Amino acid sequence: MKTYPIIDKKDTRSGFGAGLSEAGKENPNVVALCADLTGSLKMDAFAAAFPDRFIQVGIAEANMIGMAAGLTIGGKIPFTGTFANFSTGRVYDQIRQSVAYSGKNVKICASHAGLTLGEDGATHQILEDIGMMKMLPGMIVINPCDYNQTKAATKAIAKIDGPVYLRFGRPVVPNFTDENNFEIGKAIVFNEGKDVSIFATGHLVWQAIEAGHILAEKGIDAEIINIHTIKPLDAAAILKSVAKTGCAVTAEEHQMNGGLGDSIAQLLALNNPLPIEMVAVNDSFGESGTPEQLMEKYGLNAASIVDKALSVISRKK
Amino acid sequence: MQTEELKKVASQVRRDIVRMVHGAKSGHPGGSLGCADYLVALYFDAMNHNKDFSMDGIGEDLFFLSNGHISPLFYSVLAHSGYFDKSELASFRKLNGRLQGHPTTHEHLPGIRIASGSLGQGLSVGVGAAMSKKLNNDGSLIYVLCGDGEMQEGQNWEAIMFAAKQKTDNIIVAIDVNGQQIDGSTKSIMGDYPLDAKFLAFGWDVYSMDGNNMQEIVDTLKIVKAATGKGKPIAIMMKTEMGMGVDFMMGSHKWHGIAPNDTDLANALAGLPETLGDY
Repeated sequence: MKTYPIIDKKDTRSGFGAGLSEAGKENPNVVALCADLTGSLKMDAFAAAFPDRFIQVGIAEANMIGMAAGLTIGGKIPFTGTFANFSTGRVYDQIRQSVAYSGKNVKICASHAGLTLGEDGATHQILEDIGMMKMLPGMIVINPCDYNQTKAATKAIAKIDGPVYLRFGRPVVPNFTDENNFEIGKAIVFNEGKDVSIFATGHLVWQAIEAGHILAEKGIDAEIINIHTIKPLDAAAILKSVAKTGCAVTAEEHQMNGGLGDSIAQLLALNNPLPIEMVAVNDSFGESGTPEQLMEKYGLNAASIVDKALSVISRKK
Repeated sequence: MQTEELKKVASQVRRDIVRMVHGAKSGHPGGSLGCADYLVALYFDAMNHNKDFSMDGIGEDLFFLSNGHISPLFYSVLAHSGYFDKSELASFRKLNGRLQGHPTTHEHLPGIRIASGSLGQGLSVGVGAAMSKKLNNDGSLIYVLCGDGEMQEGQNWEAIMFAAKQKTDNIIVAIDVNGQQIDGSTKSIMGDYPLDAKFLAFGWDVYSMDGNNMQEIVDTLKIVKAATGKGKPIAIMMKTEMGMGVDFMMGSHKWHGIAPNDTDLANALAGLPETLGDY
């Protein structure tokens, strides 16, 4: 099992803020809109560097999405910033009609996704956003795993034409990936193995690597693959891995319904039906607590990944 | 274009509307007929636009239809403006066509810059496009048309509040005040809602006009264009009659969203001179 040194510990939202500033420097057409959460989204540096290209829209997310769609007409590349809950469920029809169906080059950037938002509780802990967004035709969905990957993804989405949903989070987590090793739609193999394929996204990627070490101690050789782009899914990488290992575990900070696990289960069912188990929230809302407490209570951690891996291996024929 | 010429175009557009809705056996003739004079005045007189369509529309005035259900009107005006051949109007609401029930960019019909139909979104899009113009130092204007019933959607008021704060003074928003919506009069559904007072209270520059009087529309558009660039977004309360031009479709909400039968069509066309040639 390969070891990944922790470079430092940072929040993924800060990776977004850093990437946005760099994208703004690289391309004068990049504009940013924020619905009264500039500090939370770490958009302050962009706002300070490019005041003419930063638009404070107030607590009015529907208008923000509609205006972003309008800004693309004339060649602007708008990045919208608010919490994941208000970036998706609150504005789903605006995204569907004015952005996705209209084919607009809007980057919907969503922080504080999932349980790790923590103490604010279930009103803000969206666990359905990946499902909603991946269902929209043409929408690209990216859920990076650490600061470096979020920064790289933010810069990358500025360079492609079309609507994107970029999902990141609030807590400080290990930063361990190589910023230069990111390509939209391309899975990253963190460890090659032969016994089980573990496909993880977002905050669960570090947990998957920790699970890989625990499994190695048990003599199990796990393949650890980071699926940062949930749509379009890197079907070739996934199918290649399971052809070797014969089973799969998925891990994500999202509902089982509509998440990464659901996408991979569909892929396997249609192409190579094999045992699969999922680490995800199972049809439940979250609650208040610290991020660590919540991830443990809802089974979104390395221990759960190990349990599912042992279980799925036992189902192999 | 001279006012009398504009009236002739409007007559042809109204013929197209009833024929398209009849041909599709569905659609929304009432609001389309009511707004025909305004859209003709925009595309044939007030707006600086280019029939050789580009999505970005740099250096052009841009129009956004928020109440997308009056698509027959939009399609007819675009066709007669030269964006596409008027023969395509026969494909309205038909399978594999570009003239979808509600306007969309998805089928790449020239002249359409945003999908609309789910109400209350066009004003935000227009304000965004207006900001894009300013960022590009493009001095041309943004026009948006909304329905009065549509103003019940909350997103509009987010956009109205924002545009005043932002001093979006390169946008002209017309509200089609026909007083009707699907379930009845706007008054019966949502009580009195004086939209002019609301826009004023939100910090907009507000005008009113008879949206079925071509000369008054032309004159008002000259006045409001001259009023742009002065720090305030502009709204026009445009009083219209739903179904205007077809006597039996006027005076109620009945013809909001139903198609005329063969007899209705003949009766409607009898009162609308063919001026530019039917499609």
